[in-house]
Amino acid sequence: MSTPSNVPSDSFAPQPAPAATSPTHPLYWSLQREFWEHRSIYLAPLAAAALFLFGFMISLIHLPSRIRAAGIDPMQHDFIVQSENLAALLIMGTTLIVAVFYCLDALHSERRDRSILFWKSLPVSDLTTVLSKASIPIVILPFITFGVTIALWILMVLLSNAVLLASGTSAAPAPHFSFFQLSTGLFYHLMVVHGLFYAPFYGWLLLVSAWARRATFLWATLPLFAIGIVEKIAFNTSYFASMLGYRLGGGAEDNGSKATGMAVAFMPHFTSGQFIFNPSLWTGLAMTAIFLAAAIRLRRNREPI
Amino acid sequence: MTVIEARGLRKSFGTTVALDGVDLHIEEGRILGLIGPNGAGKSTALNAILGLIPYQGELRVLGRNPWTERDHLMRDVCFIADVAVLPRWIRVSQALDYVAGIHPRFERTKAEAFLAKTTIRPSSKVRELSKGMVAQLHLALVMAIDARLLVLDEPTLGLDILYRKQFYDSLLNDYFDRTRTIIVTTHQVEEIQNVLTDVMFIDRGRIVFGCSMDEFESRYLEVMVNPERLAAARQLKPIHERQVIGRSIFLFDRVDRSQLAALGDVRTPSIADLFVAMLESKPGHQPATPQGAAV
Repeated sequence: MSTPSNVPSDSFAPQPAPAATSPTHPLYWSLQREFWEHRSIYLAPLAAAALFLFGFMISLIHLPSRIRAAGIDPMQHDFIVQSENLAALLIMGTTLIVAVFYCLDALHSERRDRSILFWKSLPVSDLTTVLSKASIPIVILPFITFGVTIALWILMVLLSNAVLLASGTSAAPAPHFSFFQLSTGLFYHLMVVHGLFYAPFYGWLLLVSAWARRATFLWATLPLFAIGIVEKIAFNTSYFASMLGYRLGGGAEDNGSKATGMAVAFMPHFTSGQFIFNPSLWTGLAMTAIFLAAAIRLRRNREPI
Repeated sequence: MTVIEARGLRKSFGTTVALDGVDLHIEEGRILGLIGPNGAGKSTALNAILGLIPYQGELRVLGRNPWTERDHLMRDVCFIADVAVLPRWIRVSQALDYVAGIHPRFERTKAEAFLAKTTIRPSSKVRELSKGMVAQLHLALVMAIDARLLVLDEPTLGLDILYRKQFYDSLLNDYFDRTRTIIVTTHQVEEIQNVLTDVMFIDRGRIVFGCSMDEFESRYLEVMVNPERLAAARQLKPIHERQVIGRSIFLFDRVDRSQLAALGDVRTPSIADLFVAMLESKPGHQPATPQGAAV
């Protein structure tokens, strides 16, 4: 029996009646709902990728002449790899901004427009709702970032090779980093840093979004500054600020990898799996759990604004 | 069987007491109208029943604790808070997809059949629909759910009279089937008087009156008294007296119909008139429970 959802007609034709109860998938549909409501989750990285590709195509005009001027390969390597890094950074930056604003809005807008009364009239628990919302920045966005970046990289390599071939310059030689290495580095960076290490930030933002009546951005940021400033004045220390900085840096000890200007994507200690033994990863995840538990309680208690 | 059982239900917001010891006992298959002035505690009572707010006292809805078991309870309970709660960004087809995906008792074809009778298109977003159409959509979603308790909190607020009439007609003809229970609050009392099976008055957080509509119709009579019979009418101890265009209208409780017919035109009062009478008859607008109140 065909389900009406598969029929792209724009009228409600009567359909034969199905069985009385049907299996449900609350988590899946809760996620689907987020994609409907917050289309920036996938549109923003796609737009960033399109923008980058546009700029990259213009830069390709000069590629053959630059390679000829430089004589041989290294320039080309640098050009492509640097462009790939830049592309990854642009898309990561975009999805980070999307994640921050998504979190601040996620549990706030449903109270602001009173639709929380509709969502709560349905058999979906606050736990499922908050977890599905938390999984957007922690799980879904890193995967989207990865997928869009890889697709963009492939397009960039294809385009640059096509330009080089068409101009009669030498075909692309083997780069310093294989595409596979770059991809795995990016994947680990996204999953470990953007997913696991940033999780407490997202948990905090969701908590503020469930709690604040207005000005979620201010409530999310100003207390952090306040703690840092009070600590500085009272004890003349800055542990809190350095803790935040350490976490924002993805839990990386300053091993010079950032100084190279290469994307943090290629830090080797992630791929080796050592991050598992980093205690700050686990304290961060514990913080995330506390923040999310508080957000679930708040969603249960809070009324429309 | 009992759908709602409450004993000593209390809720206060700060120093404001919204529910002051409410006792409720609602049986299956009733359509109960919960009538009260603004701020009387109607919505608070409904929110407690729906598991939206914590409360003190004892409350079981369909045998469950609504505060701790809201998500389970919502398989058997539906509610329409008011017309403006559907998310404005959602498309009609998405709303159907979503409810079909998460509600085990949702029958999509039913909702689509209902929507087919309206001018709502599946591709429309809620923000593009008129207020009446949003109410139709919400009703379509709710009526396609095989629920045992439906709670309507001012479901027709802000709708024009055509939509309001359609709303209650659909509810009665296509939804209500004597095994379901409906609780409705509204300020347009006169429009639902013939829909209800039971009525309950709430004021300042207390249930001040409750009876079935059968009892209501047999107990209360309103008489437009002929001017020369005023004194005789007052001797029968009316519970309320008011003037309408120079005529006196008396409201009687448990007075024989034939006795009243001698005084003037007798008719069944509206719920609103009885409500006003009860609130006004008490000094300082402090109604007490009338004798024989069922709750």
